[in-house]
Amino acid sequence: MSFLKHLKTAALAATLSVAGLQFAHADGNEQFFPLQSYRVGPYAAGGTGFFGGFIDYLNLVNTRDGGVGGVKLTWEEGETQYEVERGVEVYERLKQRPGIATWNPLSVGIAYALIDRVTADKVPLLTINHGRTDTTDGRVFKYIFPLLLNPYSETSGIVNYIAGKEGGTDKLKGKKIVVLYHGSPYGKETIPVYELLAKKYGFTLQQIEVPHPGNEQQSQWLTIRRVKPDYVVLRGWGVMNPVALKTAQKTGFPVDHIVGNVWSNSEEDVIPAGDAAKGYVAITTVAAGAQYPVLQDITKVVYGAGKGNLQDTKRIGSVYHNLGVLNGILNVEAIRIAQAKFGKRTLTGDEIRWGLENLKIDEARAAALGAKGLFHSINVTWDNHEGDGRVAFQQWDGSKWNVVSDWIAPDWKLLRPIIEKSSLTYAKEKNVKVRKSIDD
Amino acid sequence: MSAVALPRTLPAWTWPLAVLVIAFGVVPFVASGYVFDALLIPFLALSLAAVGLNLLTGYAGQLSLGTAAFMAVGAFAAYNFNLRVEGLPLLVSIGLAGLAATAVGLVFGLPSLRLRGFYLAVSTLAAQFFVQWALTKFSWFSNDNASGVIDAPSLEVAGIVFDTPVGRYIFSLSIVTVLTLLAWRLVRTQTGHHFIAVRDNELAARVIGVPVLRTKLLAFAVSSFIVGVAGVLWGFVYLRTVEPAGFNLDRSFQILFIVIIGGLATIRGAFFGAALIVVFPLLLSRVGSFLFGGWFDSGVLDMSQRIVLGALIIFFLAVEPQGLVALWDRARKRLAPA
Repeated sequence: MSFLKHLKTAALAATLSVAGLQFAHADGNEQFFPLQSYRVGPYAAGGTGFFGGFIDYLNLVNTRDGGVGGVKLTWEEGETQYEVERGVEVYERLKQRPGIATWNPLSVGIAYALIDRVTADKVPLLTINHGRTDTTDGRVFKYIFPLLLNPYSETSGIVNYIAGKEGGTDKLKGKKIVVLYHGSPYGKETIPVYELLAKKYGFTLQQIEVPHPGNEQQSQWLTIRRVKPDYVVLRGWGVMNPVALKTAQKTGFPVDHIVGNVWSNSEEDVIPAGDAAKGYVAITTVAAGAQYPVLQDITKVVYGAGKGNLQDTKRIGSVYHNLGVLNGILNVEAIRIAQAKFGKRTLTGDEIRWGLENLKIDEARAAALGAKGLFHSINVTWDNHEGDGRVAFQQWDGSKWNVVSDWIAPDWKLLRPIIEKSSLTYAKEKNVKVRKSIDD
Repeated sequence: MSAVALPRTLPAWTWPLAVLVIAFGVVPFVASGYVFDALLIPFLALSLAAVGLNLLTGYAGQLSLGTAAFMAVGAFAAYNFNLRVEGLPLLVSIGLAGLAATAVGLVFGLPSLRLRGFYLAVSTLAAQFFVQWALTKFSWFSNDNASGVIDAPSLEVAGIVFDTPVGRYIFSLSIVTVLTLLAWRLVRTQTGHHFIAVRDNELAARVIGVPVLRTKLLAFAVSSFIVGVAGVLWGFVYLRTVEPAGFNLDRSFQILFIVIIGGLATIRGAFFGAALIVVFPLLLSRVGSFLFGGWFDSGVLDMSQRIVLGALIIFFLAVEPQGLVALWDRARKRLAPA
């Protein structure tokens, strides 16, 4: 009987919510995070780590500080499996909730599909470390924020790192670099900028696609073996990365000459590759490890209270988890900054956009947040939505990542004109007004 | 007993008319943005694709696994016509996109003159691989966008902009209605009977004078046109962004399953099947997260929904191999007064 009753309530609830009559239960002092997460499918490892870290940080802020300025942070997840149409469905479903702060899909495909939607709804869309490069130009993309690192800065950072190992950019002349990229919008995003850098520095370049999801790479590595490059840049995602490292070992390519990009830099990429990954180097905007004070707080306060999101606590402090935490920090700081101007209450998406466009975290503030060494700094402005973030390189020693470089700057000056050219083309194609100031 | 004798059978067009009246006259006023943007619009686009495939597979008996490729051709063709021909009305670019899909469909329909059944299905796979490869390889198709993703233009017809959820719904509904009516009409003509004759027995059809080759190619042409337009709806109206990878083999299978589950060789079946495949998983996920959301994470819930949906499909097909349409008709007969 009680089960039937339960079922009846459920059926009623489902009908009501499908009809769009959401149970709005924000009490006016909440800031809501709709999470388009993915915990199943080929990219589940990234999804569970990132969204786990994000939720852990929101939980920490709620439990330790009682929210941001007294405003509680709330969230709800919708499973997307990293598929665009499911991401869109979750967007349409969760956007009806009051007090939405920002969208953080962690998927280039979903982000692309949301650009028009968030712009119409005036809510920021964050694509930390990834996204569409020209959204860096805040004059055209008012609500899109590729925070810390866009694909072009990443490319420039990687080429600068290789140059450093060779003894300067002038030594790149005549070197051979192969870029092995994932066959998706994300993977293809950097093709032109590698070509540009190859022309500028005079290295020979070959870019080879690995079809999604990347389980099969024999023929690609046979080509690499024939080409005999000095470096292979791995622009992978998910299962493609360990397969690449293992296949490299089989074909006899030295692993320390493979440089991973920012989505090929996690424990989940190297542990499945076993020995084959020892000595592999990858770029990052967030250091791995649980020794940073903010991670210590999460372990103590959140996991101590049994509210941690990761099922496997060994993953606390892993790259994806730390990136999720960092994403939480950036979101929360933007809200804090916006609250200072608009008041300590539930803010609108547009007010949080203002907060993001004034998001400045220098090294001192990073240290105050318990994130010294976890990441370097960020400085977002209304026309630069990436925000001058710095990158580091880390090497896998078989059991953990070690940072092996300083925090270095990509060549922003070189990239900005290309970004503006692309964003202005977009503005023309879509009839978007180019902003003149933050209030525009 | 002196009950007024109602006519036992209503005219065939009563039901479709009633559905249309509700779809145009009632739904726009009662449904929410979520229902339009996340349920009805993808439902309409996939239904239309299934109507197209049903003409080819259900009526003419030509098994195809290239549906998503023809959708991709439609979407990318419409984008390029719209982008490159100044001042071309949107509806014209959609029509031209359908014709582009028709042309590609005809090329990949040619093997059907020699191949049948599974062999044909495998040869249509070539369309699936070739189209995705071509769209990725030649960046011209995506206006040299580095990631190969294109953005949809705004939906404007004769000065009216359909950019609200209701507007987009009406826009898709009108296109789907017109094309579905044409398909419905087509299967009732001589040509439609030719389709069925070719499906049921090619040799016999040839003997009674059906032009088999022409009929097969015509089926490919009409089907690809409709599927191409469905691709435009999927890309321009639903997702509003398109990448070639979005039209992969999974999508082809999805539409084939819609046709099989809904009922082969029925126009209604396409809509029934699409409803089950699009709407039902969402309903399950909402009920699931309401009932069990506190106990399991969303990943576990999602996997269990797949199991439930799979089991349901097996159950439906075991109970009624002719698809949901036959199930529906039987239920109606049983409920109707004897």
